[in-house]
Amino acid sequence: MADVAGPRGRFEDTALLWALTGVVALLSIVPLARLILEALMPGGAFSLGVIGRVLSSGTTWSATGHSLVVAIGGTLLATVIGSAVALAVTLTDVRARNLFVFVFVMPLMLAPQVVALAWIQMAGPSSPLLGALGLAPPLGSRNPLYSPGGIVLVLGVQYAPLVFLTLRAGLRAMPQELIEAARAGGARPLAVVRDIVVPLMTPPLLAGVALCFVSCLGNFGIPALLGIPTNYLVLPTLIYQRLAGLGPGTLSEIAVLSVLIGSIAMIGIIAQDFLLARRDFRTVAATAEARSVALRRWRLPVEIALWTLMLFTLVLPLSALAMTSLVPAIGVPLNASTATLEGYRFVLFAHDAARRAFANSFGMSAAAALMIVMIAVPFAYFGVWRRTRALRVMSLFTEAPYALPGVVLAIAAILLFLKPLPIFGFSLYNTIWIILFCYVARFLALGLRPIVSGYHQLDRTLEEASQIAGARLFRRLRTVILPLVAPAAAAGALLIFLTAFNELTVSALLWSTGAETLGVVFFSFQQGGDSNYASALGMLTIGVSVSLMLATLVFADRLPRGVLPWRD
Amino acid sequence: MARLTVSGLTKTFGAFRALDDVSLDVADGEFVAILGPSGCGKTTLLRQVAGFDQPDAGSIAIGDTVVSTRERAMPPEERRIGIVFQSYALWPHMSVADNVAYGLTVAGVREPERSKRVDAALSLVELAGFAARRPSQLSGGQRQRVALARCLVTEPSLVLLDEPLANLDVHLRAAMEREFARFHERAGTTMVYITHDQAEAMALADRIAVMDKGRVLQFAAPSVLYREPADATVAGFIGEGMVVPATVAAVAGGTCDVDLFGHRATMRCSARTTPGPALVCLRASALSVAPEGTGALRMRVTGTIYQGGHFRVEGMIGADPGVALHFTVPEPCALASGSLVDLAVSDGWVIPGRAS
Ligand SMILES: Nc1ncnc2c1ncn2[C@@H]1O[C@H](COP(=O)(O)OP(=O)(O)OP(=O)(O)O)[C@@H](O)[C@H]1O
Ligand SMILES: [Mg+2]
Repeated sequence: MADVAGPRGRFEDTALLWALTGVVALLSIVPLARLILEALMPGGAFSLGVIGRVLSSGTTWSATGHSLVVAIGGTLLATVIGSAVALAVTLTDVRARNLFVFVFVMPLMLAPQVVALAWIQMAGPSSPLLGALGLAPPLGSRNPLYSPGGIVLVLGVQYAPLVFLTLRAGLRAMPQELIEAARAGGARPLAVVRDIVVPLMTPPLLAGVALCFVSCLGNFGIPALLGIPTNYLVLPTLIYQRLAGLGPGTLSEIAVLSVLIGSIAMIGIIAQDFLLARRDFRTVAATAEARSVALRRWRLPVEIALWTLMLFTLVLPLSALAMTSLVPAIGVPLNASTATLEGYRFVLFAHDAARRAFANSFGMSAAAALMIVMIAVPFAYFGVWRRTRALRVMSLFTEAPYALPGVVLAIAAILLFLKPLPIFGFSLYNTIWIILFCYVARFLALGLRPIVSGYHQLDRTLEEASQIAGARLFRRLRTVILPLVAPAAAAGALLIFLTAFNELTVSALLWSTGAETLGVVFFSFQQGGDSNYASALGMLTIGVSVSLMLATLVFADRLPRGVLPWRD
Repeated sequence: MARLTVSGLTKTFGAFRALDDVSLDVADGEFVAILGPSGCGKTTLLRQVAGFDQPDAGSIAIGDTVVSTRERAMPPEERRIGIVFQSYALWPHMSVADNVAYGLTVAGVREPERSKRVDAALSLVELAGFAARRPSQLSGGQRQRVALARCLVTEPSLVLLDEPLANLDVHLRAAMEREFARFHERAGTTMVYITHDQAEAMALADRIAVMDKGRVLQFAAPSVLYREPADATVAGFIGEGMVVPATVAAVAGGTCDVDLFGHRATMRCSARTTPGPALVCLRASALSVAPEGTGALRMRVTGTIYQGGHFRVEGMIGADPGVALHFTVPEPCALASGSLVDLAVSDGWVIPGRAS
């Protein structure tokens, strides 16, 4: 007999595997390693001097204190709102549930800085809404939201959906018999919640709380709009100001600050991991449908309470934003004769940076989504179907740039790309490419998750059938695997697009002339006092986001369940 | 060319031996069935042959090429075999014609040759008018036929079928069975057919490998399995054989005298049989009610089941608890539960090896 056939056909597999490992390491491990290296060895030599200087500075500790105050406060508020809503929506028979979930989860998909501006416009002295009602505070008085309380309020509303999604998934996974057994044993509904639901739901709730804390801590847009006017700085805004004021010369100090906020975030991330064994309910939800308790005569009051909450936390702020976008100038009262679309015309057609920003944000979000899908489809193929150990380990690292605050990745990218690239001889810093790199690195995890759950739900014999037909790896990927995971990949791409499109944290630190994003232009309008332009721009981004969310409902039936947070 | 040689194949999952020293030699053009209860390792064996998994010991050769050993394996896409999967595994995003054409496209077969062969394969399975449909628009039986056409269109010299009829209803099964037989006759392809239905295996296969708990118990032609089971498990599994302890008295050529609970009967045996205690395999067809007073094998009837035109009579022989026997009697049947009946034994097979 002839010798054993050699592994000729395996060359493609090995090459692809190595390429994927390299790319993902470059996106996840290398930047963070570079950041930590800079903190420990500023300028290349080991020294604790910089660390000592940063840690002995009063500014550092006041910003850290502020960060903790608003993150903990925002988390508490989000927990109260999110868990109350999750209990009501999941365990009771309230009507119009799908619509409510869509509306309640929506803020999560909008830009935090735009939401913050909406709140400013609702509550401030120039509020067209309060003005129309005659309730506006006197002109010249301070907006009550420019305060730690205001930051906590907006953070809490913005991230309540995170607690909601985590807890709702936990509630759905809870065996219904446990509740029914207690009811059968004579327990009244509130006693059931106290004795059964609360103890069982503590781990998922705490995981949601931890996730919420990390998100509040890393948020840049909300404390930037609400804190910077009164010089109430948190760590992300402090890092932003240091970099903007001093330039990259003091990068070592900024690196230490980044490691500091990263370390605080790690506490939350580890807590969440520990509690939920690495499940993130932003994109992974349980599938079981819990049967609900009939509220009878309480149903209408509960429904009114839920929708009133939406009225105050979403409808009114967004209305105020819409109204501001229509005033000709700040302070002019809005009525039929003053309303104008001039703001929209200006940001869409007249303002150069805004025009560039539309192109940049659309282009980079689409490019990031596409590149991530191209990485994630083969990556998840090896990880899930081939159970390649190396990639399963690598997939843990892909989570880091997403879970850690955005400023951490941005500073790491600056450190990595400030010097000219070794072979090409030019620097990515101050170009659009450094932002794109960060988008791909940061949102890889966001795209990977729905694709992984897509693979889990597919029958692998479909691939084996094409293998038997003689198809090599690349052909199988193109003709069989990609078409099969396409719906899940589209969901992932969409989540990436929406998040990148509304993103500010990374681009605020990395933008340069010609490389502006919508977030950056929005932010500079607002900082320059042009709230009406900022509002018009914000309304446009909200329009894009909501249209895309609605568009997904068309193909939602073909998706693995729970990959789109706004679809119930 | 497409002989399949499996030797000493072992596959473990953790501490569990899914395949234990399996050896099979399938001749070119032969139709072999792998028969065994659920979980005995049939699919595991097929996956080794296809190359989806690698064995822990032993080797597999297709034709003259060793394709799998513990160290090295030829990837499935290079083995040039065909598989019909139990779940059909039709690609939902392709039409029926595209499903069938896929293997030809991969092999670089161009139009118009490709369409011609796809059409031929579809008419072979009587689905000529269905080329443009999606798999989701077909019935279970039609999907199975598309899977068959997809597997056959590339004319592989070795075809593996994993319980291809398990999801079909009885009538369709019979029709598809005939189709497989006809196809095998015409194409002369080597076929390995996995099933847990012995009627199917008997009807189709040249030889059957009976598996249990990861081992091949016997590999022989259907009538040999039925008439001369190699051990008690095969005897009990095939055709509901009854395994009964007995004593071999005198051996003469292919037959011997056997003492069965004091009753003397003549049975077939292998040439190596020696006198002494043994297990014998009895078939229901070899048992009948003896005329009053002549028989010596006395059975206590425990129940009768009407099976349309005849009764299946179940009972016990020997001292309590005894050994269960069953046989059939035509309608009408006067045997009531608890009555005693004398049985005549016209045939039996002495299972090789000592009774333990
Ligand atoms: N990947 C695996 N990991 C662990 N155990 C496995 C794996 N694949 C199969 N087994 C075990 O090996 C045994 C044989 O499985 P196999 O699928 O070959 O059975 P089968 O004979 O095809 O059964 P059926 O008729 O039900 O299809 C089973 O006990 C099964 O649980
Ligand atoms: Mg099987």
